[in-house]
Amino acid sequence: MFKILEKRYLAENICLMRIEAPRVARSAQPGQFVIVRADEVGERIPLTIADYDREAGTVTIVTQTIGASTKKICALNEGDSLADLAGPLGNPSEFVKMTPEKLKGRRYLFVAGGVGTAPVYPQVKWLHEHGVEADVIIGAKTSSLLIYTEEMRKVASNLYIATDDGSVGAKGLVTDVIKDLIDNKGVRYDECVAIGPMIMMKFVALTTKAYSLKTTVSLNALMVDGTGMCGACRVSVGGKTLFTCVDGPEFDAHEVDFDEAMRRQAMFREQEHTANEKAHKCNCF
Amino acid sequence: MANKIPRVPVREQEPAIRATNFEEVCYGYNREEAMLEASRCLNCKNPRCVSACPVNIRIPDFIARLTEGDEAAAAAVIAEDSSLPSVCGRVCPQESQCEGSCILGIKGEPVAIGKLERYVGDWKIENSGAQSADIERNGHRVAVIGSGPAGLACASDLAKMGYEVKIFEALHEAGGVLTYGIPEFRLPKKAVVAKEIEAVKRLGVEIETDVIAGRTVTVDSLLDEEGYDAVFVGSGAGLPRFMGIEGENLNGVFSANEFLTRTNLMRAYRDDYDTPIFVGRRAVIVGGGNVAMDAVRTAKRLGAEATIVYRRSEAELPARVEEVHHAKEEGIEFRMLTNPTRILGDEKGRVRAINCVEMTLGEPDESGRRSPVVKDGSDFEIECDVVIMALGTSPNPLIASTTEGLETNRRGCIVANESGATSREGVFAGGDAVTGAATVILAMGAGRKAATAIDEYIKSK
Repeated sequence: MFKILEKRYLAENICLMRIEAPRVARSAQPGQFVIVRADEVGERIPLTIADYDREAGTVTIVTQTIGASTKKICALNEGDSLADLAGPLGNPSEFVKMTPEKLKGRRYLFVAGGVGTAPVYPQVKWLHEHGVEADVIIGAKTSSLLIYTEEMRKVASNLYIATDDGSVGAKGLVTDVIKDLIDNKGVRYDECVAIGPMIMMKFVALTTKAYSLKTTVSLNALMVDGTGMCGACRVSVGGKTLFTCVDGPEFDAHEVDFDEAMRRQAMFREQEHTANEKAHKCNCF
Repeated sequence: MANKIPRVPVREQEPAIRATNFEEVCYGYNREEAMLEASRCLNCKNPRCVSACPVNIRIPDFIARLTEGDEAAAAAVIAEDSSLPSVCGRVCPQESQCEGSCILGIKGEPVAIGKLERYVGDWKIENSGAQSADIERNGHRVAVIGSGPAGLACASDLAKMGYEVKIFEALHEAGGVLTYGIPEFRLPKKAVVAKEIEAVKRLGVEIETDVIAGRTVTVDSLLDEEGYDAVFVGSGAGLPRFMGIEGENLNGVFSANEFLTRTNLMRAYRDDYDTPIFVGRRAVIVGGGNVAMDAVRTAKRLGAEATIVYRRSEAELPARVEEVHHAKEEGIEFRMLTNPTRILGDEKGRVRAINCVEMTLGEPDESGRRSPVVKDGSDFEIECDVVIMALGTSPNPLIASTTEGLETNRRGCIVANESGATSREGVFAGGDAVTGAATVILAMGAGRKAATAIDEYIKSK
């Protein structure tokens, strides 16, 4: 059992939990994820690691309530426990393995969308701690759905915000901000990292391709075990089938078949819909 | 003196009924039936069944105890060589091992050794008390990676010798392939698997779930930071293979591993569990091994028309004869000498059909089996909405890739000698992680051999 030490809502449907998980905290690196199960009958849900504290032995996860299972996780409170939290899974971000010489002078552009802002944070924090410049664009539908802006401001070289309705920051899409930075402000980046909804990552990839800007995305494919056993997370990268869990979760954005990835993500949508309705009814008592 | 009676039939669930539920197919022998069947054994002076058993269980001896009605003594004989009789009695390919070499099988039916072993194993589960074993500890600690047959066997032997043993399991439930792979209708989880695991725990073995070796911990961190004297790697062969044909990433194509893990480990077939599964109206399972049989019979139970597609003929099916027989009784369609060439999708990217070719058998290949050859112009489609690939598995590279100096072979299997010693001092391995996908009994045997080798290693230090 993994105890929830802290729980708070970052937005109406996005919840942060700090969990007691000393083994995971000790080994976690930016870019990795965990598999969480709320209770004994629960689904195994992959969630990216939003932060970790080796000394305190805690791992922070951020969950958006999209289906019955994520709602179940978010319904737990401080003092409750998750049945399982297994990880860290997947490979750490590429820069973690780079030598200080290689990292020196590099400039990163992070593009974070919605709940994807949470896993961007440990990456930017890591780069900040290693003296590497990283600009961050956070995109959201509206101001109330923005998360991690304050934390990010402390570690990002520059922080840009874009909302669909213009309630904060620039009105428009994250891709508009990318173009503005490169075309109008003349900023040169060595690498772009985009984490967010699949559709956002697809369009970021299309945008950066025009600039030949190396781009990495972190995919949130469906998974069961997360250790390479089931193959549910298959993704086509450069025409080859890879497993998101063991070969990723980060891939070269310009090689990923996003249309297939989005279709595969919706494999159980009908069942999810039914489960959601059932869960909703239960909440009405 | 042996009776000249026919083999005692075993009671089973009616095929039409069991094809709609997940309860165990075979009820097994009761005491009377077991004693009657035991009386058929000739108690050969030179028992061929013993040498045909991968762990050389003294079969005539345990059967002799059974004819006397002494289950406890029979269980003690088996326990000398096997730690999982309830499991092996159910899942061993007896027809190619013990029963396949039984003298009675030459002219008639062999002794039902598997069913007798199962009877003894189940008797032991029911009749051994829940008290913990009182074993004096020797102060040494061993880490076991994986709680499948190899890990459980290794851990229980070491615990009996006095070692403090901890098993690290990657999933949330112990048992390895017994839990995630083999279905409930063939190997009940609560009544058998959980009981076998409890018995291992009663020996003082601790099991920590949610620990992924190679990620959460490494072999080196267990040895250097956590102070274990030795590590046994029994991580199995968990990586699924795909065919590499067009359309394999369409929605509705699953590895047998995914399909079975969702059903067995995650209990997706039960309404009270959250994990979804999809089986469609018609499911085609590609492959002819035990995993293919498990997948096709699971698909049937979930409500689909289910078909096996296999590129060789029925004689070459690698599955246990009993599984094939049960599958046929349950109404599974077998399409032999048929090989898929591509999977076709609809406009939404969901499986619509599988395109296959007919095969004929040519010259024997390196496996000794006649190799299938494509019949020209024999393309045809089978309409379906689910395709399940059951083409075998290979070991997970996570441990080897994070353990410096741990040698693996071309197929990704950890290289270990007869006693389980690897290229790294203090690191032992056994089961599917070493052999590639094989059987429960071989894995169990390898785990036990490694336990002996680990004991010798630690004592010699």
